[in-house]
Amino acid sequence: MVQTTFEEISAADFFYRNRDIAGFTNPSRAIFAAVRELVENSLDAAESLKMPPDIYVRLSFEGEAGKESQIYRLRVEDNGIGVPPRHIPSAFGQVLFGSKYKLKQQRGTFGLGGKMAILYGQITTHQPACIISSTGASKAYMYKLMIDIQRNRPLILDRKVRINKEQWRGTIVEFCLEGDYFRAMPKILEYFKQTAMVNPYANLTFVDPKGRLYKFTSVTKEMPDPPKETLPHPYGVDVELLQRLIQVTPYKNMLEFLRHHFHRVGEITARKFLEFSNISPSKNPKKLSHGEIVRLMRMLKRFREFLPPDAGCLSPVGEELLRVGILKELKPEFVAVHQRKPSTYAGHPFIIEVGIAYGGEIPKKGSFLIYRFANRIPLLYDEASDVSVKVINSMNWRRYKVTPDMPIAVSVHICSTKVPYKTVGKEFIADRPEVKREVANGLREVARRLQRFLTRREHVDRERKRLGIFSKYLPKIAQFSAQLAGKEKQPDIKKLLRSVEKFAA
Amino acid sequence: MPRRRYKSSIIERRKEVLTGLENLGVRIYEQLDRGYFPSIEMPSRSTENIYYDPQVRQFILGDKRVRRSARNIRHIRPFTQLVWTAFFSHELASQRKTSTLRDVYYSAQAYEMSFKDQQESNNIITDLETVLGSSREDFNIFPEERSAIFGDLTIEYTVPDYEGRTLNLTSHPDGVMIGPALTSSEFVKTTADKVIAIEKGGLFTRFIEENVHKKFNAILVLTAGQAPRATRHFVRRLNRELNLPVYIFTDGDPWGMHIAMVMISGSANAAHLRELATPDAKWSGVWATDIVNYKLPTDPLDEVDVKRLYELQKDPRYKDPLWQREIKMFLKIRRKAEQEAFSRYGLTYIVDKYLPAKLEETK
Repeated sequence: MVQTTFEEISAADFFYRNRDIAGFTNPSRAIFAAVRELVENSLDAAESLKMPPDIYVRLSFEGEAGKESQIYRLRVEDNGIGVPPRHIPSAFGQVLFGSKYKLKQQRGTFGLGGKMAILYGQITTHQPACIISSTGASKAYMYKLMIDIQRNRPLILDRKVRINKEQWRGTIVEFCLEGDYFRAMPKILEYFKQTAMVNPYANLTFVDPKGRLYKFTSVTKEMPDPPKETLPHPYGVDVELLQRLIQVTPYKNMLEFLRHHFHRVGEITARKFLEFSNISPSKNPKKLSHGEIVRLMRMLKRFREFLPPDAGCLSPVGEELLRVGILKELKPEFVAVHQRKPSTYAGHPFIIEVGIAYGGEIPKKGSFLIYRFANRIPLLYDEASDVSVKVINSMNWRRYKVTPDMPIAVSVHICSTKVPYKTVGKEFIADRPEVKREVANGLREVARRLQRFLTRREHVDRERKRLGIFSKYLPKIAQFSAQLAGKEKQPDIKKLLRSVEKFAA
Repeated sequence: MPRRRYKSSIIERRKEVLTGLENLGVRIYEQLDRGYFPSIEMPSRSTENIYYDPQVRQFILGDKRVRRSARNIRHIRPFTQLVWTAFFSHELASQRKTSTLRDVYYSAQAYEMSFKDQQESNNIITDLETVLGSSREDFNIFPEERSAIFGDLTIEYTVPDYEGRTLNLTSHPDGVMIGPALTSSEFVKTTADKVIAIEKGGLFTRFIEENVHKKFNAILVLTAGQAPRATRHFVRRLNRELNLPVYIFTDGDPWGMHIAMVMISGSANAAHLRELATPDAKWSGVWATDIVNYKLPTDPLDEVDVKRLYELQKDPRYKDPLWQREIKMFLKIRRKAEQEAFSRYGLTYIVDKYLPAKLEETK
């Protein structure tokens, strides 16, 4: 829908009219979405350098806006890669700028980064955004800009260059927007906490409008490998993507076109496919009619001999980091994590990672705490509709000695070049059978480990209790029998106590 | 197993109990001292180990034994409680103090030996009885329930402060309570030539008022329902030490009949103990045949009564023809009568007519 209207109205105009689908539904959702978009941009910016992200977020109160909303100033600073000066206006003032015709596991819901947030801020407050960025070179650049919504072009109001003696690198975005922080507060704080969980190498600092400081400190320097860009897999393409590829391709025949724009398609596969679909290898892709493109898409999906997509381009959190993150944010007594082998759905590779945490500071609520993540961002809305929740609810937990009244937190992370969101809201994962199966298998694995832990602990508890009983009663037997027998000295029971301790060890 | 004695020897008996308790202490002490988990063996009191012994004419425990070991995690708590109870009983007996079952339950808490409930402490006391083969009254633990005695019997106290003092059991018109002091007293002299045990307090008082003790030369004992063990033991002593025949009068129903039977042949619950039963005692009434012969006012037997009769019919203690005959009669007439039923013929009828007739009949 987004892409088909692309040509007709400006992208900025489109989002202006349809801001609901980007998550800016109401003042409370909007402020949450703005924080989230910018933080995710910053995380990506740091990770692309393999630098542990250090992100500072501040929301400050600017004034009343309406009955249930206020004007806030949002400032987000990061230590990321920085934006080259000539790209700054477009990167922050032009929607859909820089969209690539390649696929990559990425965080942002629409790949729009903060642009949507800035656009929303401009719509609600009519104030320019201020961007400061440096790539670590000798100069830092400051832009004050607005977005020309009709033309989808940045309007530069001010531009300053400053000597960057300390070689600071990163980006600062600051703008005003309307929102309802106090209603959004629980979600925002939950968002930081969960972001810290799957990014345990990141330092996150948040100062809220009341001046309260929330700090999420990194506990490791280890980072997952950044995701790599990859070509689209033939099973996963649609007509729109084909059209765009045809528009930009430098290749003049179908054979070359297939070989160079699709994932895991080599010369042999390409030839076999062209034969299968009855298309001439020498046909110029730019000459394909609309009908032929539709047919090509159908044939691509029907051909059984494409190799499955390679998950090498994905960047899962990794078992160790997930464990560290869960330990850091939930402080449980026990945690088990498991990464499934890569799998695919409809031509898109994906990896499921699950964690189960028990006890410690996890509260008992009568049901499990469920944390859902997609491409290392937390999903906070529409929990009940998510595939993970469905899998969790349908599992026979009793089999694993687990009951809902136990203090248990379950985390499920899916990473993919295309996360199978169910709706445009992009807050929950659809229950595609492939995904469902992977989630279920992952959960079974960690549940088994939890069961082992619980059994072992039960055993230790029993032994401790046993030892307690012996050390409570044996001295009394000694005391009373000595008195009864008229002995001065009590018998020595240390040896007996030691012998029961031996069982306990 | 305690030796049978027909002559009273309260002091010797107490010494024996004290020694028994001390020996138990020594046994456990020595096991501990040698580095073993102590254990105690005792006859099993489970129902499959309870037999009726026609020779002794009471229930006895069979050969099956159980072992309580401090090594066993499920045994160590009751084991400790048993050792404590032995220790506590020894204190009681050696200081010649008495205690009740309830008292024991609370005293335990002073030693951080809390029992879950009264039932648990009662069970442990029963264990100790089984281990030592003597009843808890011997180590000065008494139940709450009390019954009474009246008649020309002079006793001599052995309890502290009363030692050597004597009392004639006619000295109080309500009768004298059969408590720890009386139970542990020695018999001095009596002119009575029989014992009459009565189930109900009303009739006991009537008998005293009507001078039954004089008219029939009898010692009257109130069992107050099912006779307490102290009372059963006391009646046995009257029978064995003074050679007095014992006649038991109860209500004319299966429950009254069984009150008499427990005094005669003992109960399954006390199968680990001897010297509670009086096998030569007689059940003198009210029989089912009495109900018919004396045309007593009656109530119908209800369902539980009938069920109980069928149970008793199969009970080995009831195999004597008299009992079988009466059970059959009850089942035939399907009626029961209380002792008070005789009042329809006037207040003194029971004393003037019924009692002499029955004493003669069951002699």
